[in-house]
Amino acid sequence: MSTAGFNPQNGTGTGQAYANGPTQNPVALQQLPGVNYGMTHQPTYNPMQAKAPAPPGPGLYPTGPYQPVPPVSSYQPGPPPTSYPPPLGQPLLARPQMTGPPSHTPPQSASPSPGPRLPPAQATPPPPAVSSSSYYQNPQLPQPLAPTWQYNTAPPPMGPPTSMNTPPRGLPANHVSPATSSTAPPPPPPMSSAAYSSAPPAHMSHTAAQPPGPGIPPTSLHGYTQPGPAPPPMNPMAPHTYQPNRGPYGPLPTGPPPTMKPAPPPTGPPVANATPPPPPDAQCGGAVDSTLSPTESDNQEGDIECPGTVAGNGPQAPNSYNHVDNKMAGPPQPGPPGRHLGHYPSLPPGYQNTPTPHSTAPPTLPYSQAPQPYQQPPVGPGPAQLSPSLAAMSLQSSTPEALRVVNLLQERNLLPPTPIPAPTPCLQQDLQKVNCNPEVFRCTLTSIPQTQSLLNKAKMPLGLLLHPFKDLSQLPVVTSSTIVRCRSCRTYINPFVSFLDQRRWKCNLCYRVNDVPEEFMYNPVSKSYGEPHKRPEVQNATIEFIAPSEYMLRPPQPAVYLFVLDVSHNAVETGYLNVFCQSLLDNINALPGDSRTKVGFITFDSTIHFYNLQEGLSQPQMLIVSDIEDIFLPTPDSLLVNLNECKELVQDLLKSLPTLFEKTMETQSALGSALQAAFKLLSPTGGRMSVFQTQLPNLGVGALQSREDPNQRASAKDIQHLPPATDFYKKLALDCSGQQVAVDLFLLSSQYCDLASLGCISRYSAGSVYYYPSYHHQHNPAQVECFQKDLKRYLTRKIGFEAVMRIRCTKGLSIHTFHGNFFVRSTDLLSLPNVNPDAGFAVQMSIEENLDDMQVVSFQAALLYTSSKGERRIRVHTLCLPVVNSLSDIFAGADVQAITGLLACMAVDRSVTASLSDARDAMTNASIDSLSSFRQSVLTIQQPGLLAPACLRLFPLYILALLKQKAFRTGTSTRLDDRVFAMCQLKYQPLAYSMLMIHPALYRIDDLTDEGALNINERTIPQPRLLQLSVEKLSREAAFLMDAGTVMYLWVGRNCNPTFLTQVLGVPSYAAVPENLYLLPELDTAESQRTRAFIGWLRDQRPFFPSLQVIRDESQRKAGFLQNMIEDRTESALSYYEFLLHLQQQISK
Amino acid sequence: MEAAVFILSLVDCCALIFLSVYFIITLSDLECDYINARACCSKLNKWVIPEMVGQCLSTMLMLVSMHWFIFLLNLPVAAWDIYRYLKVPMGNMGVFDPTEIHNRGQLKSHMKEAMIKLGYHLLCFFIYLYSMILALIND
Repeated sequence: MSTAGFNPQNGTGTGQAYANGPTQNPVALQQLPGVNYGMTHQPTYNPMQAKAPAPPGPGLYPTGPYQPVPPVSSYQPGPPPTSYPPPLGQPLLARPQMTGPPSHTPPQSASPSPGPRLPPAQATPPPPAVSSSSYYQNPQLPQPLAPTWQYNTAPPPMGPPTSMNTPPRGLPANHVSPATSSTAPPPPPPMSSAAYSSAPPAHMSHTAAQPPGPGIPPTSLHGYTQPGPAPPPMNPMAPHTYQPNRGPYGPLPTGPPPTMKPAPPPTGPPVANATPPPPPDAQCGGAVDSTLSPTESDNQEGDIECPGTVAGNGPQAPNSYNHVDNKMAGPPQPGPPGRHLGHYPSLPPGYQNTPTPHSTAPPTLPYSQAPQPYQQPPVGPGPAQLSPSLAAMSLQSSTPEALRVVNLLQERNLLPPTPIPAPTPCLQQDLQKVNCNPEVFRCTLTSIPQTQSLLNKAKMPLGLLLHPFKDLSQLPVVTSSTIVRCRSCRTYINPFVSFLDQRRWKCNLCYRVNDVPEEFMYNPVSKSYGEPHKRPEVQNATIEFIAPSEYMLRPPQPAVYLFVLDVSHNAVETGYLNVFCQSLLDNINALPGDSRTKVGFITFDSTIHFYNLQEGLSQPQMLIVSDIEDIFLPTPDSLLVNLNECKELVQDLLKSLPTLFEKTMETQSALGSALQAAFKLLSPTGGRMSVFQTQLPNLGVGALQSREDPNQRASAKDIQHLPPATDFYKKLALDCSGQQVAVDLFLLSSQYCDLASLGCISRYSAGSVYYYPSYHHQHNPAQVECFQKDLKRYLTRKIGFEAVMRIRCTKGLSIHTFHGNFFVRSTDLLSLPNVNPDAGFAVQMSIEENLDDMQVVSFQAALLYTSSKGERRIRVHTLCLPVVNSLSDIFAGADVQAITGLLACMAVDRSVTASLSDARDAMTNASIDSLSSFRQSVLTIQQPGLLAPACLRLFPLYILALLKQKAFRTGTSTRLDDRVFAMCQLKYQPLAYSMLMIHPALYRIDDLTDEGALNINERTIPQPRLLQLSVEKLSREAAFLMDAGTVMYLWVGRNCNPTFLTQVLGVPSYAAVPENLYLLPELDTAESQRTRAFIGWLRDQRPFFPSLQVIRDESQRKAGFLQNMIEDRTESALSYYEFLLHLQQQISK
Repeated sequence: MEAAVFILSLVDCCALIFLSVYFIITLSDLECDYINARACCSKLNKWVIPEMVGQCLSTMLMLVSMHWFIFLLNLPVAAWDIYRYLKVPMGNMGVFDPTEIHNRGQLKSHMKEAMIKLGYHLLCFFIYLYSMILALIND
């Protein structure tokens, strides 16, 4: 049974599954019209029944709570007609819904609408008995229409039933002149045979015609596009929309007037159900066509809306448009264009008795007023085949701005006032609407080059940046016993596949044709049958499945948390234990998990201390193992205990831990042995190990030597010691990875700790690294606050256990390098013992085979994990991008931030494997190469100056920012650990956060106003404009906020506006600004509220807690602030203008 | 004497051929995802030193027996093997590192290297065979 639910939250929420129950009970059928999807009741759907050719009404399908956007019930009355234009080459069948506003409107609502259709239907509403929701007719009910199909049968509730037509292929068919339509007698209700036939055969494009009813605008629904031959040209689009008549519609499809809509009424399950289907005649007044019950899905989309639109009686005004039309025609149509496309023909093929040949539907049906179905023109086979013209159009539109030539030497103010949005791929609109969110899945080139040689010419890196486990506010969750995947490449079905017909779909990655399983024919969202293209899987580029047992190698593991704490003298000095224990006590009930959650503690100095927390003990028992060379577990059973059963003991331990070691004089640290012990403890279950370390491990296995010479920090020609000193931590990490254990490292240290070596333990076990240099509970309150906030987030954020992520891409592309924290287990499989919502990944791709005959390529990242509740889940993201064959298109699609992020990852690798200076040269060369390639290959007119396309105008600035970033800068004293930590962050932070670290944002905040402010949760958040990072932008009379990702600087000018000082900082004068100010006082003034709201808003956007430092003009810490002034010259680095001159010089060589 | 040198070289060369084939098979298993990177790398790393020793052995034999041409033919390969072994970064688990092998096309370059070595050893095999027969006849 499949169910779909929308959970607001990801994994945690349990998606509600809706099972389709086989509900046959009539009772179920009756649903109130009002019901929405979300409905509660979920009848089960019995697939089996479905198979039966004409099963009587199967029960309702439960619909999941999945409602995408649209509220169910609301129809938009007035709305534009949804027209479904048969798009020209609409490749995609499926996607339609997304775009549309909530397409699913309950039919009911429709009724009110003036649309002609309704009336009839309503009139008829017969016996209540009829179930409203079911599509099927109720067998029992005597309905004229019903007989034939069950599925379709849905009585046309609305009156004018929507008829499905099989669309004739030809376009012509669609347009029916009104007259004609009238002439043609609607087919009689008995549509049965006809209807079936009409069913769209594969290849054909089916359009469902809809609405017979006068009022019904034809919304075309499901057209299927088939791989048929080239799509017929569109109809002229224009006509449809406006004319009240259905002019545009094709003739109805053949006789099968009654259309069946396979699809259940979309959302509104309630819909039609109630009303018995009136005889067709009644509805349309003769137009028989409408066999459809309003309920049917088609209706949802098209019909319902239509009614609203149509004011007039019969004639429906709007007809279907193609989206294409929309685009082209320009006339704005309100309807969401996207949907139209992929609809299936009215009948699901499966149902049809005969496999339908192509729609043989007679071309024009006369309908009477009946609406016309739209046909879809046969589309090319999948999305992949967009018509070139479309692609061209879209390109053109984007081209002008993205490729506008900018002379960087002359235009100084390149920085936009607001953050830069990700570029939009030049895809057909309907594809783009369902495409993956760029925050989750982003490509450096939004237009993929056709060949590797073209890519080489463009000199830009091709790669993907992912944030797969991002906390999402809305995520469809599907429960299904069979997850539909390609049989050869195992790709999950996604919005970019093409349906050849209702029973077969073509994989968009390997192009294999697969069968649609029976179960997939039922759409739990709309509770309709026979519309696989409307399933949530095919409507959402990001979706989560609850995986059945085939996806488990072992029973899902419980949430297991082990804390490994350094309690040497040095650690006690820093005072972190108090903060840690307090945070854990505060959040112990918020740890993600279920009743099986286990926790354990290990502390270590020169010996390893275990804590026996077994139930029944009156207090925790400490067991000391001093044989660190050959570590063993003193009592394997009771060290990891069930949190719920032993919570009191755990709390006792946390309360006593800080005092337990208060007097310790032990200075050595046997971290390696402690890790081995922890690994032994966790290896039977897997889980998360959180290691807190405050000094260089110097005892036992894994002992490290200090490798840094502080005197060489600034002067060294090249930075040494970036690679790890030993393979101990890497090996241990791989062992951990194999046992599903992830290690998160918290490094709180004032001295060199060799993060380069220690970091391996997290890097290869998919953990995360937190670093608090100079942490001290008294001397560094900012770090303490940071640590507290980070810990809170760390302890309570979502977590996925025993995860793997596979990234698949269309045949011809391949991944050759991965960046992030994980172990690459095979060519495309990342092993992630834990996955957390703050982890980002990047991959570099190459084009191995030419992508000559493809219009689009797709990438799919599938993350399989065990949620903290013990559910096995799969989160799938799919991204679709166009393929282009000209350099100018490639440049037009360049995503400068993604390129910068990927280059940063590549540069980190290069620094470690080769040298830092190599990496710096490589970054500079990357900007030189791409700009010179642009100059030589794209620009037709050679002009003087440093020319860049508008989309890359910030590229040199970002490269310069990278060169001045802590990770890559030279000539400035940078502690090795700071540098290595910056490198780690560049590699595993999601792009949005790492961009701030690369190029901080500078705002003037002493004059915040509410103008242009955002309003979030009743808070007003001012939006000051971004300033360039140059001292010239600073002014002594003002105060500025620099947001550098992990830290924020509030710089106060010497002559700062006194209002700001008193109202925001709460000090009487500039001289009174304290040296160590980390918190803005909570003053009850408008200025203070605005400032705090703004800073709070910035902080809320990221998972870690940036500390705030208030800096006076003469403060010692001003250096940190000024180092981020990227556009200015420093002793050792070029200013932005000098850098541009350097680039120009290199390019013109 | 000369025959003995070549017989020894021949045996050594056979071992190296087998080793190359083994490398190729194991790497292609990894490529096809039949084994995981960790297992593959630990298997291969075990044979890096034997391969190096075998190659140095035949190089030394040629040097000692003063077959300059064959010695020069062997020298670059032996030098490459030693260089490769010495250049392994401290943090890596050997010439084949499971965390790196899927990155930056390393798998492909290892494969290419193994193929080239196989071809080279086959060539050497026939040279040794020819020289051995020649030596036996001369005896």
